[in-house]
Amino acid sequence: MKEQQALYKYALRLGDNALIQSYRLSEWCSNGPILEEDLALTNFALDMTGRAQMLLTYAGKVDGNGKTDDDLAYRRKERDFYNHLIMELPNGDFAFTMARLLFTSAYEFYFFNELKNSADETLSAIAAKTVKEVKYHMAHATDWVLRLGDGTAESHSRIQDAVNELWMYTSELFETNEADAVLRDKNIAVDLLPVKEAWHKYVSQVLNEATLSIPAEGYMHTGSSKGIHTEYLGHILSEMQYLQRAYPEATW
Amino acid sequence: MVKPVYTKEEILRILSVIPDPEIPVVNISEMGMLRDVLITDKGYEVIITPTYSGCPAMGMIEMDIKATLEASGVSPVVVKMVQDPAWTTDWMSDEAKEKLSKYGIAPPLHSSCSADEFSRNVIQCPRCESRDTVLLSRFGSTACKSMYKCNNCKEPFEYFKCH
Repeated sequence: MKEQQALYKYALRLGDNALIQSYRLSEWCSNGPILEEDLALTNFALDMTGRAQMLLTYAGKVDGNGKTDDDLAYRRKERDFYNHLIMELPNGDFAFTMARLLFTSAYEFYFFNELKNSADETLSAIAAKTVKEVKYHMAHATDWVLRLGDGTAESHSRIQDAVNELWMYTSELFETNEADAVLRDKNIAVDLLPVKEAWHKYVSQVLNEATLSIPAEGYMHTGSSKGIHTEYLGHILSEMQYLQRAYPEATW
Repeated sequence: MVKPVYTKEEILRILSVIPDPEIPVVNISEMGMLRDVLITDKGYEVIITPTYSGCPAMGMIEMDIKATLEASGVSPVVVKMVQDPAWTTDWMSDEAKEKLSKYGIAPPLHSSCSADEFSRNVIQCPRCESRDTVLLSRFGSTACKSMYKCNNCKEPFEYFKCH
């Protein structure tokens, strides 16, 4: 794999993570348990849409075939998306959304903190911006996981169920592929080992404090770096890309 | 015909009338979004930076910059958005903070945000200056603000988060 192709895949994957996560959080719009929560979740979704826009624009530029961020978001098929599986899972209940946000925001916080040092100037600039925003997402998710875990019997069992179900999607976050290997040599990609350690430490600490148990080692899902997804991504795209598919020549 | 030539300072002065579309009491220069103006033999390049990644006002700001400069006879104009260095509330001028406060938005305290920003800081009510205030929601009508209530004058108000 050439460096250019690796960089395209790398930026695409980061962009897809932001885009699909943003889509899921946007589904909470007008459905949040309280107005303040509605605002919080859609604020996060907006941060992620902005991040997706920057990363997909960059991916298009690296690719060099004149593709815009919109082309990449709306005119790609399911098998050409590389977001991690955890991003596309349905929201479930509020506990499930918060447990996922804890896992993904902690991952993003440590990941982008490392990416700030990337030899690629665009990625490092986007990373510096992202870290500032993700801090807020992580603090919010942490608060809710503590509150639900250490809350009532009902909230405790719901958040524990969510943690148990999501756990098998977490190791994929730290898997590396060919693009990582090529870009690691150039100091462009992040070394995922320290990210994994920091993530584990933080998440374990929050779960402990929330009186939740950390799931035992077990089966772990994988596939997204090859474009193999859960059944849910196709449904997201069929809604998200409806307009572009129904009216391929539509313009603003 | 001789083409008029503008200096960087003149361009910056012309642009300083453009308000932030979401907080119209402050302009884009005071907010720290207007970073630089480059003058080349091809024209004028205006460098701006977004406050938040998903700031929906950026498109409008870009249009406003072009329209304002063209109305003053400055052309051709290219607006370039940069991410590095990332915008911080430290770049907001004291004047802007004062204007925010008068407008009813408590200005950001400092930029060293941390996870405990909300539990550690006392935010002063922009209306009655009481320090007896309580956080209602970390997130508000725009990405950059959170919501507070004043226990003294009982009014709700927004706080511009440090970033």
